[in-house]
Amino acid sequence: MTPTLIGRIQTRLFLIVVVGVPWTLLVSPFLPRAASDSFLGGRGATSDLYPTLFAALGWLALFGVIVWEPLYHLAQQFRWEKDWPMLFGLITVVPEAILVWWVLDGEPPATGSTFVVHAVSTWIVMWLVANGPIRIFLLRWRFRGGRVFDGAAW
Amino acid sequence: MTNEQLSPPPATPPGTPAPPTGGVPDLTDELRATSIWTDELVAAARLPVVDVPMVSIGGGIGSFILADVLRISGLPTSSLRVIGNIDTPWQTYEYLTKVSQIPRHERLRSDSTGCPDNVWGFPGYSVREAWNEKTIAPLFNVLTEPIFTDFYTPRAGQAFEAMAKEAERIGFDEMSWRGQVRMIRRRHGGGYFTAYRPADGSAPRVVVRSSFAHVAVGYPGLTFLPDLQRFRDTHGDRVRVVNAYEPHEHVYDTLRKRGGTVVVRGGGIVASRILQRLMEDRMHHGAQTQIVHLLRTFVHGPQKRSRFARRHGGNGLAYQGFNWPKSSWGGQLKDDFDRLEGDERKALYEQLGGTHTPKRKLWQKQMEQARREGWYSVTQGVVDSVEPEGDHRLALRLAAANSAVSELTADFIVDCTGLEGDIRSSALLADLLDHGGAGRNPMGRLDVERSFEVRGTRTEPGRMYASGSATLGGYYAGVDSFLGLQYAALRIADDLAATGFTNRIGIGRSAAQWWRWARNRSVE
Repeated sequence: MTPTLIGRIQTRLFLIVVVGVPWTLLVSPFLPRAASDSFLGGRGATSDLYPTLFAALGWLALFGVIVWEPLYHLAQQFRWEKDWPMLFGLITVVPEAILVWWVLDGEPPATGSTFVVHAVSTWIVMWLVANGPIRIFLLRWRFRGGRVFDGAAW
Repeated sequence: MTNEQLSPPPATPPGTPAPPTGGVPDLTDELRATSIWTDELVAAARLPVVDVPMVSIGGGIGSFILADVLRISGLPTSSLRVIGNIDTPWQTYEYLTKVSQIPRHERLRSDSTGCPDNVWGFPGYSVREAWNEKTIAPLFNVLTEPIFTDFYTPRAGQAFEAMAKEAERIGFDEMSWRGQVRMIRRRHGGGYFTAYRPADGSAPRVVVRSSFAHVAVGYPGLTFLPDLQRFRDTHGDRVRVVNAYEPHEHVYDTLRKRGGTVVVRGGGIVASRILQRLMEDRMHHGAQTQIVHLLRTFVHGPQKRSRFARRHGGNGLAYQGFNWPKSSWGGQLKDDFDRLEGDERKALYEQLGGTHTPKRKLWQKQMEQARREGWYSVTQGVVDSVEPEGDHRLALRLAAANSAVSELTADFIVDCTGLEGDIRSSALLADLLDHGGAGRNPMGRLDVERSFEVRGTRTEPGRMYASGSATLGGYYAGVDSFLGLQYAALRIADDLAATGFTNRIGIGRSAAQWWRWARNRSVE
């Protein structure tokens, strides 16, 4: 990809809302979690995971906008092509997920493995969409450095 | 600089129209001299007039991609005619790639997502290659490029086959007229007249009246280095001194039979291709070839303008994946080109331009082995003169940068500098400059707006557009590429949509049309 800073930010927010949120709803019933606190035992309720999972998405958006994307943009300046290889877009999940985990106030039944499976799977799905299918809908996106929200303007 | 049109593809007759025969209507002197034609003037010349809403002139990949995008936007086939003198849109391109040593099974210098058959660039060539050949290698390649692997590039054949399929899907043949376009003139009252000679001989000259026109005529012409042109003019020798873009199979044949010394001139992608062929002939077929690689500029290491602008280089060559830095097609550098005017834009072109070639692992390996075995050397210098020596050989006098003069004897010289001629070497473009109101951009090519409308040619409500190599120097650098032609086509389609001529491709149409593409259903 060849994003601009504003394109990076817009694409991130777009992907979190359009891909991250539905994916979270879709995947949460299958995420690992702690046993229920209830008297009867069993698995914790899926809906009890939501506060943690959506908070994680929120932090992903917030840190992305104020920390990571500006940092990536800076790193990109050292590249002659001013591009951002696919591989970078994939492996950056590691520092980003660590930071989110650090600030995240996980609530039971969400556990560490809930978070890891959710974070990694969501990231991969967003990354896959950004590297292809997004263009089915946003035909001009790839020529606009990742800008999504400019309407009819090029 | 002298200019010579290289041998055109065999199917393409020369562009000059035959003199009109007695009584047969053709362009009158009055028409030729008049920049803006009236309907009466054309009628008085007794030329057959055909009305079409839009014409695209060229018939190559530029025309094809525009036709594709317009069809996807909902334009019926009846609204567009593509006039060109080739059988298929990729004919000229395939000819040029083939003679410059990219046959169908070799790979182009093009990104996985620059797909002339697919305006979305999804799925890209890498995904399709993985699917068709049941291998994950291309996917791994795009995942790790350019960090651990070379940039993925598609095989030439894959691009041509995909275009053939898309041409069928959009009904491209229905829109194609075969013929040689001589000129486009503005029409009094709006629109354009396109005068062309039908290839089937049905009429000596037909005039097409349209509201919109698009010009995508490809390379205006290729030029030889001045010293090589002098040699060819003086000695009439087209055997020993050849251009990489003209057929020169005899060079490889002779070297395989007899061995000899070949001078390869230029440090670009074409030189790399020619070197690959020469080296493989030596490595695999025993050709006793000595290769002298002659470079005007020797690149010793990374070319560094600042820590933020550093292009890789070494062993004489500058390295870059594609013909512009990648973000020129749609990122930071694209925005820079888009924003800058005049001399500032020219400065950016010059800063990012120059001669370079991809740093491919295979080529590095071959050059390394060849250097080690002593049959490949790189020399920096310019050629002062070329003279025949004996019956078969050439004597070159070289002038190096330190003004040391040296001499060299060779059997062949292959010019890979790929100099492009002035846009005036195209009669059609020259006519546009002289009569059409068109002008030149800061790089001397055809001046176009950000929408690719040719500046100065508008005749309300009509508009004329241009795309491809002739427009280099405008607000978009990557015009001479698959992806650049798609960008131009989208800009043109959007501009046309704003006039009401066709629909703007929004999210819904885009997705619906992609789904049709994916199932290979026709656009309607």
